[in-house]
Amino acid sequence: MIESHLPAYIALTFVLFSVLIPAFGLWRSELSQPLAVLGSGIAAAFSVYGFINYLNEGSIRYFFGGWEPPVGIEFVYDGLAGFFVLVINVVSFFVLIHSHHIAKREFPGKEMPYYALAMLMMLGFNGMILTGDLFNLYVFLEIASLSGYALIAIGEKQAPYAAFRYLIIGTAGGTLYLLGVGFLYTVTGTLNIIDMAAMLPMLYESNAVFAALILMIVGIGVKAALFPMHGWLPDSYTYASSVSTALIAPIGTKVAAYILFRVILWLFGLEITDAIAPLSYIVGVLACIGILYGSIMAIAQTEMKRMLAYSSVSQIGYIIMGLSLANPWGFAGALLHVLNHAIMKACLFMISGQMRLKEGHSDISRFDDSYRKKYPWTMASFSIAAISMIGLPPLAGFFSKWYLALGTIDNSNWLFLAVILISSLLNAVYFFRVLEKVYMMDPDKGQKEPKDGERNEPSASMLWPTGILAVSLIVIGFANAVIVGILLNIFPM
Amino acid sequence: MLDFFLGHYAYWFTIILLCIGVYGILFKKNLIKKTIGLAILQISVVLYFVSIASKWDATVPVLNPDFPADQVANYLNPLPHTLMLTAIVVGVATLGVAFTLLLAIYNRYETLDEEELIEKLQ
Repeated sequence: MIESHLPAYIALTFVLFSVLIPAFGLWRSELSQPLAVLGSGIAAAFSVYGFINYLNEGSIRYFFGGWEPPVGIEFVYDGLAGFFVLVINVVSFFVLIHSHHIAKREFPGKEMPYYALAMLMMLGFNGMILTGDLFNLYVFLEIASLSGYALIAIGEKQAPYAAFRYLIIGTAGGTLYLLGVGFLYTVTGTLNIIDMAAMLPMLYESNAVFAALILMIVGIGVKAALFPMHGWLPDSYTYASSVSTALIAPIGTKVAAYILFRVILWLFGLEITDAIAPLSYIVGVLACIGILYGSIMAIAQTEMKRMLAYSSVSQIGYIIMGLSLANPWGFAGALLHVLNHAIMKACLFMISGQMRLKEGHSDISRFDDSYRKKYPWTMASFSIAAISMIGLPPLAGFFSKWYLALGTIDNSNWLFLAVILISSLLNAVYFFRVLEKVYMMDPDKGQKEPKDGERNEPSASMLWPTGILAVSLIVIGFANAVIVGILLNIFPM
Repeated sequence: MLDFFLGHYAYWFTIILLCIGVYGILFKKNLIKKTIGLAILQISVVLYFVSIASKWDATVPVLNPDFPADQVANYLNPLPHTLMLTAIVVGVATLGVAFTLLLAIYNRYETLDEEELIEKLQ
């Protein structure tokens, strides 16, 4: 019984908790964080159950109020949606557990509205992934974005301006997406994705469809921080509170990438996408420029959060590149990279939050080798995530790049292959720089001994989530064959 | 050629509004004016949806016994209108968030001019 209603339950959990948190938070503000953890935990449990159910029974189409599409609105829980929902809910569950102390320190007394907004944002993200209706997708996009702007504005002094810039460009992107949906509605007369996908082959080489596709790619590209629409991302991620960054950075751009997957591979299909101009290749080239630009800018940063933000611009490029390859290996590599990057980035941003909590800064040039003794477990987790980011076997990051490289070879696309290899080297530059500071003794200064007390590790509620995420990278690395086997079955063509 | 312009005049207005909105976002230095540009951009898309729903010689989409419901040409298309009710609400919420952020920016930097703001940020 529960299976047939599962897509709705996931979204409703977040609706329920976004109401429960203010209700209980007014009574006791310290209850907000545990309630948020509970809410995302329930949603994560539903999504794990749902994904297992998908593997056994196949996809679910949930019609709201029993109205069948194209009249009604539906939630589609197929392989792609199930996979993304699983990734974002599980990662946000760990981030929310981790956020307890940082929230108390960075915005004391504002936990109740903060976590209520976080639940609304998760509702928006889950809705965007699950919905089978293009206009409904726009509404969920705006729910997620509006709460996202608010979450980013809570932070350092510059945060509201960063959030305002994001709001202007993000809303303009959303509006362009809506205009694209309008074009598609005028030519097909439906808003349901499955219904529209059946009609679009009749409109092969239609100019309206082509314009709609460009508007949608630009609009969603803003949200996905696809080069050259990435300008909002570094400032927003740097100045926002560490909790917001750890929550938004791993999943926000991935959900936008999901929409690109859904629109290009499921709704239009590759033939219509490339009917008038080779759009999928252009998107791939933009992704490549983004990869190199993000990596080079990340090398130039000394602030850890800013470095990770530029690295996000680069990593989203891998995912979009896998999309533009549009062959099974590239697709599986891109989806595996969604999973890996969500875990790695969550882990790294959580550690930068821990450093800010414990040291008061996250400036790489001020890191030294006493950190190795002060924070042995934190630094171990950091190393695993960083090495996985670079892509050394047997960690998870290696395998997503490996499958992407197989995809480029399959298409004989040597440009993209070269970009993957060069950017891995660039990744190595900016991560080994940090590892060198922490693990190598500075010959000029001699070994620094921690002053007060040997260990200064943060509390268990922060150590365990980072540790679990870091270990899961090793596990995913070894289990990659199983995961890729599942992902290859999702590929639509 | 003239028919092409006059026959699509509703869409031309939409395009002009869209361009004004984009111009406001890109070139205005004052953050309030940027926000106004954003609102104009959103309204242009709303007007586009409203205009695609209209038909000549058709009535409001309320069932009228004189016009049988199976002859859909008698009625305007109600769906884009209802969609735009939602989009207008989204636009209002966006403006609310934008002005809240502007208040926060003004309280911290005492200016809303982009150039002055960037100077003060550094």
